[in-house]
Amino acid sequence: MTSAAPAAPPAGSPEALPSSPPLWRSLANRVVALCLVELQKLRHDRSELYTRAIQPALWLLIFGETFTRLRAIPTGNIPYVDYLAPGILAQSALFMAIFYGIQIIWERDVGLLTKLLVTPTPRAALIAGKSFAAGLRALSQVVVVLALSAVLGVALTWNPLDLLGTVAATLLGAAFFATVSMTIAGLARSRERLMGIGQAITMPLFFGSNALYPVSIMPGWLQAISKVNPLSYQVDALRGLLLGTHAHVALDLAVLFVAAALGIAAASSLLGRLAR
Amino acid sequence: MLTTLLPAAEGSARIFGLDVARNRMRVRRLIGYVPQMLSADASLTGRENVALFARLFDVPRRERTVRVAEALEAMGLADAADRLAGTYSGGMIRRLELAQALINRPRLLILDEPTIGLDPIARAAVWERLQELRAASGTTILLTTHYLDEADHLCERVALMHRGRLRAVGAPEELEAELGPDATLEDVFRRHTGERLEEGGDIRDVRGTRRTARRLA
Repeated sequence: MTSAAPAAPPAGSPEALPSSPPLWRSLANRVVALCLVELQKLRHDRSELYTRAIQPALWLLIFGETFTRLRAIPTGNIPYVDYLAPGILAQSALFMAIFYGIQIIWERDVGLLTKLLVTPTPRAALIAGKSFAAGLRALSQVVVVLALSAVLGVALTWNPLDLLGTVAATLLGAAFFATVSMTIAGLARSRERLMGIGQAITMPLFFGSNALYPVSIMPGWLQAISKVNPLSYQVDALRGLLLGTHAHVALDLAVLFVAAALGIAAASSLLGRLAR
Repeated sequence: MLTTLLPAAEGSARIFGLDVARNRMRVRRLIGYVPQMLSADASLTGRENVALFARLFDVPRRERTVRVAEALEAMGLADAADRLAGTYSGGMIRRLELAQALINRPRLLILDEPTIGLDPIARAAVWERLQELRAASGTTILLTTHYLDEADHLCERVALMHRGRLRAVGAPEELEAELGPDATLEDVFRRHTGERLEEGGDIRDVRGTRRTARRLA
């Protein structure tokens, strides 16, 4: 390719240098822009909101109700279905987010990604925007699980601050798993491989967490896995917020925040590989 | 390379005096880019597609609605603006992409084979809009094309590239005049690339060429 265009004004002339807003402003703008697009897409096609409500309903209605009667899992003085509800919220948000990377591969395939990358959007801002957009999509599960829980008579809190914390924990957790997905997208670079890897890791993430049973009844090796599994921190936070059980909410949210930040760094460093 | 996505293998590129590799973000604010592939988000309306780019280019909020509407209007999409882009024809998507690329009022518009795969009417519509734009705003348009008659009629300067090397640069009339009074750009191209079709080469070359083509995009 040849360089430059004819009749260019001298470099450094004020007109040649469009002003840019401060970095933090432009980052925030990018995240808002990509979240807004996600909401617009949801408005045009709501089908995912309905189909995604089925799995948590099955888990709570069948698994939860049955195991409540079995009393097989020691959950202290709260019914098992109560104990399970926050775990299922985290699980369904995970299931939505872990395949979010498919979108970015699809955008690469149809040429949209190149167009986004040619805008003055730093890669980290693009990934951050997309991961929070995934988080936003996952927030629909807060509504679904809270509604189901209310129907099943789960003794949930309705304290607005706790609910706000629930939103934050769901959003951060889903954002983190979306960055995991986009990192895998950068490594796998095809939808089929991403699907395969996503399928392979969701169940270990789920079963290797405290979503279904307390950490205390796990064998030692599984406890170790649960300890480094961000899903466990998300479930711990959600349980503490929604049920008022003993939890380390501040620590949990901090872990999720740091995990999401690391995920954004990893995914954006691999974005170039995907776009190539 | 010029779109700041690929590093230069050797040498450097400048756009309006700015080194592309060193001033990526600033260069991106100066250019509009339309890739070869028809690529708009089918699950958003035309207006939402353009509004996204307005936000990504930091178009101030108070101007945004007006400028998005203007860009759509300029590309003849005002009536279809609130339909999903998935319902657009190829020519409409290309014009939507131009609206996206123009929302930032770029000084340089980079188009990669902008009319490939379009029917003749859609192609004419795209060129008509681009000529209007150039007359109105003086934006420089850099395009690649395989259609030499398009290059002949529409471009002030052309550069012929063959196998990754620049073979000739100049105004179409100058290049043609070098060969003779009745020469066309196609003759110029033949002259610079060798008369006959390349023979030999195998599927691997084809794949290599495709890969290069994708990279250049």
